[in-house]
Order: sequence, then structure tokens, then C-alpha cells
Amino acid sequence: MHPVLKLLMQRMALGILLLIASSILIFCGTLVLPGDVAQAVLGQSATPEALANLRHDLGLDQSAVQRYFHWVNGILHGDFGKALSNGADISHSISLRLGNTLFLASWAAAISIPLAITLGILSVRFRNRWPDRVISIFALATTSVPEFILAYLVMFVVAVKWRWLPPVSLINDTMSVGEKLQATALPVLVLVLVVLAHMMRMTRAAILNVMESAYIETAVLKGLTGFQVILSHALPNVIAPIANVVILNLAYLVVGVVAVEVVFVYPGMGQYLVDHVSKRDVPVVQATGLIFSSVYILLNTMADLIGIISNPRLRNPK
Amino acid sequence: MNAHLLEARGLRIGATLQRPGEKPRTFEIVHGVDFTLEKGKVLGLIGESGAGKSTIGLASLNYGRGPVEITGGEMKVNGKNVRDLSPRALRELRGRVVTYVSQSAAASFNPSLRLMQQVTEACVRHDVCSRAEAQERALDLFARLKLPLSIGDRYPHQVSGGQLQRVMTAMALCPRPDLVVFDEPTTALDVTTQIDVLAAIKQTIAHMGVGALYITHDLAVVAQMADHIMVLRDGQMVETGPTEQILNAPRERYTRALISERHPLAMEKSATGLTPLLSLRDVSATYPGIRFDILKKVSLDVLPGQTLAIVGESGSGKSTTARAITGLMPPRAGEIFFEGERLPDRIADRSRDQLRKLQLVHQMADVAMNPRHTVAKLIGRPLEYFFGLKGREKHERVLELLHDVELGEEFLHRYPAELSGGQKQRVCIARCLAAKPKLIICDEVTSALDPLVANGILKLLLNLQAREGVSYLFITHDLAVVKAMADSIAVMLRGEVVRYGQKSRVLSAPFDPYTELLLNSVPETRPGWLEETLNNRRLETADQC
Repeated sequence: MHPVLKLLMQRMALGILLLIASSILIFCGTLVLPGDVAQAVLGQSATPEALANLRHDLGLDQSAVQRYFHWVNGILHGDFGKALSNGADISHSISLRLGNTLFLASWAAAISIPLAITLGILSVRFRNRWPDRVISIFALATTSVPEFILAYLVMFVVAVKWRWLPPVSLINDTMSVGEKLQATALPVLVLVLVVLAHMMRMTRAAILNVMESAYIETAVLKGLTGFQVILSHALPNVIAPIANVVILNLAYLVVGVVAVEVVFVYPGMGQYLVDHVSKRDVPVVQATGLIFSSVYILLNTMADLIGIISNPRLRNPK
Repeated sequence: MNAHLLEARGLRIGATLQRPGEKPRTFEIVHGVDFTLEKGKVLGLIGESGAGKSTIGLASLNYGRGPVEITGGEMKVNGKNVRDLSPRALRELRGRVVTYVSQSAAASFNPSLRLMQQVTEACVRHDVCSRAEAQERALDLFARLKLPLSIGDRYPHQVSGGQLQRVMTAMALCPRPDLVVFDEPTTALDVTTQIDVLAAIKQTIAHMGVGALYITHDLAVVAQMADHIMVLRDGQMVETGPTEQILNAPRERYTRALISERHPLAMEKSATGLTPLLSLRDVSATYPGIRFDILKKVSLDVLPGQTLAIVGESGSGKSTTARAITGLMPPRAGEIFFEGERLPDRIADRSRDQLRKLQLVHQMADVAMNPRHTVAKLIGRPLEYFFGLKGREKHERVLELLHDVELGEEFLHRYPAELSGGQKQRVCIARCLAAKPKLIICDEVTSALDPLVANGILKLLLNLQAREGVSYLFITHDLAVVKAMADSIAVMLRGEVVRYGQKSRVLSAPFDPYTELLLNSVPETRPGWLEETLNNRRLETADQC
């Protein structure tokens, strides 16, 4: 078997193993939370019979192991169970929310990734000169401000002062893509600002790291222009580290946007999670936790795969 | 009047360094050098490290590493001073008019790109010719340089060092430049590979009629390659002239020292009646993950007070042998005896006394020393560890050891960074002697040093042996060193000992094919040696057919 294929399969197997481990952790995490779900649902004045009935209905009288397998089995069939607070089908709620979150994340990614890499390349090309300095100052400024402050700041300027866009991002299925884009423009802008700096700085650092190599000197001595040297000689060697940082930020865009979603009252996964944590709705918290961790594992496995595939030594063994 | 291809007039090159909070300081590296090179000729630049050879070579491309730049004088290519070129004109010069072949081809090729793309890149980017034509040129050069034609499809890591060095030559010649700067192109190669690369380079540049600057520290190599030689020392020209004149009638004392540098010669000591200090019996070893043995049933003896030299090319297993003896890499099979006792395989199982008696000196003196320890601390450490010496006693012993390696008291409080290459190696030897070893393993101890400095180290080691009766296991690829130092010799090839015995016997006929190849691949200072040797080989192969 080709060694790359073998490595890829190893990484994927590792990803699946991690996913199983995280599902166990999430399940156990909710077991150790204090309080009894049935008690929480029915309140202090519930009769013992009513409690026992509810526990039986919820499967709480079974052993933890049985419940775990029951839960996993349901998930594998697309069933996350019902929310305790309102009895809504979790799978259905999540499918709507996850779609919204991915919509927001992909637009933010589509803008921020090319922009970050371009700015990173520019700041290497003009390193220690004014374009590099301006880019660095801008990047440091945006990372230093907490995202919720950034969100309110943007909202204040764009929505309140200039009245260009609505301050909240309410969307529904009847809206066209264009309308959705307009409605989400503000949170996308905030997210771009939040992830841009990290990706740009890391791109810059990764490229600078190889700029001292002998093969870069060879390229310079061939009479190539500064951009040719960076694009065709430095960049192919830093795909792996750049892919890593890009994917880390992608994961953040999906699972870390709680604050931004809450500020803009955007109906995404983050909102959903925050709402149900406050209601102690354990099945929903479990479901969102599992989805977030699968996104993380999936994306990080992808980063590994890109790193392996982009390495010519692994791709073309002797 | 036609302009010279390359002309330096009062060329000064310097570096400006600025530490935080200090005024910028300028160090001059090359102090006013003059020379000319005509089209189609080869000028050899020779000198020790730090003489400014590479710096001058790169100046013809108006390039300086780091903060290095031309600070004065002129460097003219085809009559135009490279300092006056606009950035655009400079790019046109680089890679089209002047090209560069570096010492380390392995590091100088982009690991992510196929060789063909890199070889044809300069042609294509400078619009010298179309990509298709550039590829044809490359294939023609591959053929001339005796490379497989399919080599362009490979990545650098899939190609051997000798081949890569030739691909780099092809890369430099592909745009048909006027001038090629060869910066020690064969220094990193094994002797048997070097001879082929030298011949290929020489024939190809003669065929294409390009001029070349050939930079090397090896007089024998430059004698084969150059029409003229310029001897450099500390950034200044010592003398210059036609190759024959420099070799046969050098005017300056430094040049004479370079030419007549002769290795010390140890008289071979008799082996009869001695019990071996160290014995290897059928030692086989391999690295984890490798299915075949790197060492195959190696059996060797080191006699007390004598030197065994293991000679071989890279990959022959000579360093692995050292690792097995020191216990850093336990053998897979076989036994090692020291003073008649079986040595435990793993270093962790050996007694402190066994560790003390068996010491190692590394090739890279600078990485073998803690850069934050002073010389006194470096040498004092084994004195504390093995003998529990402290205070005044330790201090005196350190001074004694420094004296043994011909260094003075003033070195006590210096850090490794404040020592020259030769001084660093001397400190390493002193640290090793501090343990009062019976056997010192010297792993390529002189190969990173300039010839004159290396000679000093070899003499020192011989004196120490005569005085202290210590044994050496000398690991080297340099046959001159072997001849100078050894009492007995083991020639290794692909993990096996192919020839082993007393020096006088190993170095005299009848030879096995490999030892013969090895011996007559060592360049001689006589011009014409290269062609002669290759002709002889061709005749021999013809005879065999």
C-alpha cells in the first residue's frame, strides 16, 4: 500500500477513536452534574410516583452503560432525542441551527482566508517596511479587542450611527441568499476581523521561517522577483502550517461564535446552546457538545491530511 | 576594446551589524581585491574558511548573505558595475548572465518542486527560450553530465548527493550564462563521486565555453579545474597567476605553506604479541524500522597504544560502528570486548569506569559543547564526575589539560563561541583526556577544519598517543588522514569490512577493486591528473569488455 494512503487511514482511524472518546466524555460529564433531571422538570412538589414514571420514560432507571449505548444508537439513526424543556425534536432544531451557523461560518471563511493569506504574503514581501507595519498594527488591534466589544462597536457604528444595516441578524427560510447575506453582513464582518489577524500573522511567520533557506537563496540568484520567490518557492513548502492555522480558525468560526451570535441575536448553534444551558436541558447540551467536538475532530483531521498530502517526501517515497 | 567578462577593482565587501542599543558597526570582510577573468576561462579562488572566497563569488551577482554587501570598489560583469544596476537589470543579470552553483545541492533545491521545473525555471522566467526548448536544453545537459534523462521528473530527496550536484550544474548552465560561480561544488561529496562530478563539470563548461569562478579550499581540486588561481587569505589577495606557476613556482610564503602542507606521518607500530584493547566480534546492527543490517558481522581489533582507522564513504557504516562501540546503538548480534571483558551492549548497563575509559570526540566540535559553559567548566565537568576533583585541585588539572592540547591559561574563561574551529576541537580533546581514557573514538575530527588547522590537530593527537599510550579508533573518509595516523586500517563498504590489516599491507598491492578505486580517486595537485585517471579507468573497463 502507498505510504500516504496508510498514513491517511491511520489519521482517519485516530479521528474516529477520538470521536468515540469525546462522546463518552460528554455523556459522563452530564452524569456528574448535580441534581435530578426528573426533579428539575417536575419541580419540588412532584409526587414520588410521578418522578418514577418520568424517570422510566426518560430511561433514567437504566444503567449508565445502557443509556450510553441507547443514546449513541439514536444518534447513529439521526435521533438526538427530545428537549426536556419544550419536548421539541432536537435533531430538527439542530438541523435548522447548524445550517445557519455553517452559513455564517462559510461566508466569514470565504472572505477571511484568502484575505489573510494575501495580507500575510504582502507583509513578507514588504517585511519591516510600511505595508508590513500597517498590516501588523491593524491585525494586533483587532485581536486585542474582545469579540463581543468588537461586535457592539461595529453594530454601533454601522447600524446605529450610519443606519446602513439592521443591528440584529434575523433570518428565516423564506429569505433569498442575497437577503440573507445582507442580514448577516455585520456578524460576518466581526468574525472576519476576529480570525483574520491570527491567520495572517501565522502565514507571515510560516513563510518567513523558510525565507532563510538555501533554496530561497537559489531562487533569488536566479533573478526571480520578490513575489515569484514567495509564491513559487516559499509557499509550496508552508502549506502544512498554513492549513493548520486556517483550519483551527475554521473550527473556531463554527464552535466559538457563541458571543457574536448572542450579540446579533442570530439563530445559530451558539444561541441554541446558551439558551438550553440556562434551562439545564441536558440532552440538548449533549447533542450540541457532540456536534461541536465532531466538527473540531473532522477539521483537525483534515489539517493533518493536508499536511501529509502536501509533503513531497511522503507523497513520493524514494 | 572588449570588456573583461569579470573584473574586480579594489573590491571591498563588508557587513553592517547593529545590536539593539548600540551604534551600527561595519566589519570589512574583503579588503580591496583586484582580478580579471576572460570569457571561457576558469579562475580558481583558493583559501581557508573566512578568506572571503564565497563572499567574492556572490559579489559577482551583487548578492550578500544577510547584512553583507559591497562597500567599495568595482565589480564589473561584461564591463558594467553590478552595483550600478537597477533592480530590474540586476534580476536580468542573475540567473541569465551569471549563475551560481552552491556547496550543498541538497539544501539548495526546493524540496517541493520537481527537478526539471527548477532546472528550466531561469530560462523560462527570463524569456531566454520557451519551456519546451528549455527542457530540451536540460535533457542535453543531463546527458552531458551523465545523468539519467528521467531525473527531471524526480524530487530532490529522490536523488543522490552526487547526482544532485550535477543537476545543480545543469541548472546553472541551462540559460547558457556567460559566467558560472562554482562555490565548493564537490566538497560535500565522497572522493569516488567527486572525481566523476569534477570531470563532468570540466568537460561541460569547456564544451559550452562559459567562464567560471571556481571556489574551493582544496588545492588538488582547483589544480584540475582552473586556468588561473588566486590565493586569498583573510579577505586579501596573497598572489595570483596561471595554475602551473602557482603550483610550481609560488612566490609567497603562505602559498608555499598551502602547497607543501604535508600530513604528519606516524611510523607503523608492530602488532605482534599484543592483546587487543577493544575487540568487535561479528557485530551486526540496524536501525529501528530498517529490515536489513546496517552493519554486517563486523570484526575488528584495536591494540593498546595504537590507532585503527576505519575508512569508508558516507553510508558505509563507519559511524554506526562507533555508535555500537559507545553503546549508543546496541548491536543486534555479536559481542564487544574491552580489556578482555564483555562490554554490556547498552550504555545504561555499563559501569562508570567502563564509560570513563572509552571516550568520543565528535566531528562537530561546536555542537558537542554547551554554548553557555566556559572552557574551564567544560573541561572541569568530567574531572568532577569521574574523579571527584574540586577547587584548586580541579583548577590545576584543567590548566594541565589545556597545556596538553597546546592552549594557554587565557582560554579558561572563554565560551565556545569565542573559539576558532581548531581551538574548539582542542577543547573537546582536552575534555576527553580529562577522563584519562584508554581508547578515544575520533569521528571525523578534522573534516570540518581547514587543512593547516587539521594538520595541527593530527600532530597533537600523535604526540598525545606517544606520551600517554592512548589508543585511537579513527573514523574518517579522508585517505590522507588515514595514511598519516593509522597503524592498522579497515576499509568499509555498505556495512562490511572489505579490507583489514596493518597499514603497510592494506595500502600496498594487490588491491581489491574498491580499495583501489578509493585510493586513486584522491585528487592530486598535479594538473592533468583528472584526465589521466579517468583515461586509465576507461582503458581498464575497455580491457575487461
